[in-house]
Amino acid sequence: MTAAPANDIEFRSVTKCYGSVTAVSDINLAVPKGAFVALLGPSGCGKTTCLRMIGGFEQPSEGTVLIDGREMNGVAPYRRPVNMVFQHYALFPHFDVEQNVAYGLKQARPKLAASEISARAREALEMVRLSGFEKRRIHEMSGGQQQRVALARAIVNKPSVLLLDEPLAALDKKLRTAMQIELQTLQRELGITFVLVTHDQEEALSMSDMVCVMNTGRIVQMAKPQEIYDRPADLFVADFVGKTNRISVTVEPDGATLRLSNGMALAARSCLKPGAATVALRPEAIDLVRQSTGDGSSLAGIVTHRIFLGSTAEYQISVDGLGDFLVTADRRSMQESDLVEPGERVALTFDPGKVHVFPA
Amino acid sequence: MTTDRKRQLVTAALIAPAGLWLCVFLVLPFMAMVVFAFGERAPEGGYQAAFTFAQFANLPSRAAAFWNTMMIAPIGAFLCLIVAYPAAYYLAIKSNPKYRLVLVSLVVVPFWTSLLVRTYAWMYILGSRGIPNLLGMIGIEDIRLLNTPGAVLLGIVYGYLPLMIMPIYVSLEKLDRRLLEASADLGAKPVSTFLGITLPLSLPGVMTGVALVTILLLGEYLIPQLLGGGKVFFIGNALVDLFLQSRNWPFGSAIAVTLVVVVVIVLSVAMRIAWRVSGSRQVDLV
Repeated sequence: MTAAPANDIEFRSVTKCYGSVTAVSDINLAVPKGAFVALLGPSGCGKTTCLRMIGGFEQPSEGTVLIDGREMNGVAPYRRPVNMVFQHYALFPHFDVEQNVAYGLKQARPKLAASEISARAREALEMVRLSGFEKRRIHEMSGGQQQRVALARAIVNKPSVLLLDEPLAALDKKLRTAMQIELQTLQRELGITFVLVTHDQEEALSMSDMVCVMNTGRIVQMAKPQEIYDRPADLFVADFVGKTNRISVTVEPDGATLRLSNGMALAARSCLKPGAATVALRPEAIDLVRQSTGDGSSLAGIVTHRIFLGSTAEYQISVDGLGDFLVTADRRSMQESDLVEPGERVALTFDPGKVHVFPA
Repeated sequence: MTTDRKRQLVTAALIAPAGLWLCVFLVLPFMAMVVFAFGERAPEGGYQAAFTFAQFANLPSRAAAFWNTMMIAPIGAFLCLIVAYPAAYYLAIKSNPKYRLVLVSLVVVPFWTSLLVRTYAWMYILGSRGIPNLLGMIGIEDIRLLNTPGAVLLGIVYGYLPLMIMPIYVSLEKLDRRLLEASADLGAKPVSTFLGITLPLSLPGVMTGVALVTILLLGEYLIPQLLGGGKVFFIGNALVDLFLQSRNWPFGSAIAVTLVVVVVIVLSVAMRIAWRVSGSRQVDLV
């Protein structure tokens, strides 16, 4: 007897080529049961191709995709235990809301009783809080409501995995935030695996419990959201997820000292390969201090722009000899008078432990 | 001059040529036809002023032409549909997008040659020196193909196929492929996806094609003339006889007016059905 597979989805050395273009290159991925995984990356990174290979709309050129421990090569979409929420929803325009949701149930063989189909469709609509909209036509629904219909339609068949292709991209910011919370709640209620594709790092970080950052057809880093943000695997991740200040440095022959181009030295946390490197520093890891006199021990510069964001303020600071820096200041720790004005001279201090060094 | 006024003038200028054309060559002749239909045949032929329903009372004498037209035109349109739908489906959904444009233009290539010439060719193929002759060589004698309803239907399907393929192709072409993926994703086998999604969403194109072909067929003259040989004749053939041979303009007008009325009724019923079936407001028939 074999134990039930611990992974709902597994990619084994999966490669997908379109003619001479490689969309996905040798990907290995395991999504544990009940996880909420986000495939995050810029457009063209292969994340949607991965999702479509799970759905069965694309077949891998090489390698195997497994769902629930079963090899899926050559298995048609309608035979897979997964359902998808499509980008732009792909709702059937000639059906009303309930007919859209019931569509998947009507495909079941042996056929389900009409009363059961109706009951389950209504139950799914209730889960997405659309009771009372059963007889509405699709074009009479708002974007957010259509999104919910698409969700209800995809969960009504009780799939073992729900695939979401940029599900919130077409919604406005407020609605998007509300839907993020709803999706999380829904995932917990259903207890099924969610695989989300998004180019929006905020969406990926806020909803998922595992983020898989992709670039040029490869997985760059797969980790918990906090880890992705706090310990990016490389410069691409540091840049793509959140905002980052990039500073070119030279690692001195001792492997322990980082020399900035303005002459300032930083102590490295670990032994590094001597030569050129890039330092990444989050804007919120930097503290601003009003500076009357330059003492040379820290970075100093002039505030060129201030972007007031309500709870925080972002400053662009032209640092002497190093160029522009982005600094985020949390207003909770500040008095109102602490807002620094453009044109003021400031010193920048930071905890060396929050510096990430990547070989150039 | 206000911008509103300017806009009205521009609109008028844009519509004027077509409007004038329709007025002079469609509305006025039609009105003349209605007037003729209530008149009498002049002794030497043509029209003579009168007000009588005699022409309409005489309609049953051309019942065969009406019957043939009303039977063969819809059947022909339906056969066209049966042949055209798979072709349009292949072109729009299955064909390689790289060659799609070429394949679609091949559909209209037959229009480069006159329908008269092409139908004439069929006359030879179906006539005694064509297929029956070949069949005779292998011992199958006395097969008559020409001058049968079958020959007329064949000519109709042959001649009108592109007109049926095009609207269906367009409606299938603009069908959102993600809907087909969504259907498969929800567990629908290809046949179910076709019957549940593709077919209903292509109905506007189907209705447009059927309406277009049927309307044109109701006025068809050439194909029954050549392939029906006076045995299978349409209203169009009756009209040619009445106007050009017996010069009975009022009776011909009465038949023509009746035909127009029938077309309008058929069309509005078809439109209503299409509207109901597809359930959307996107039905664009004529």
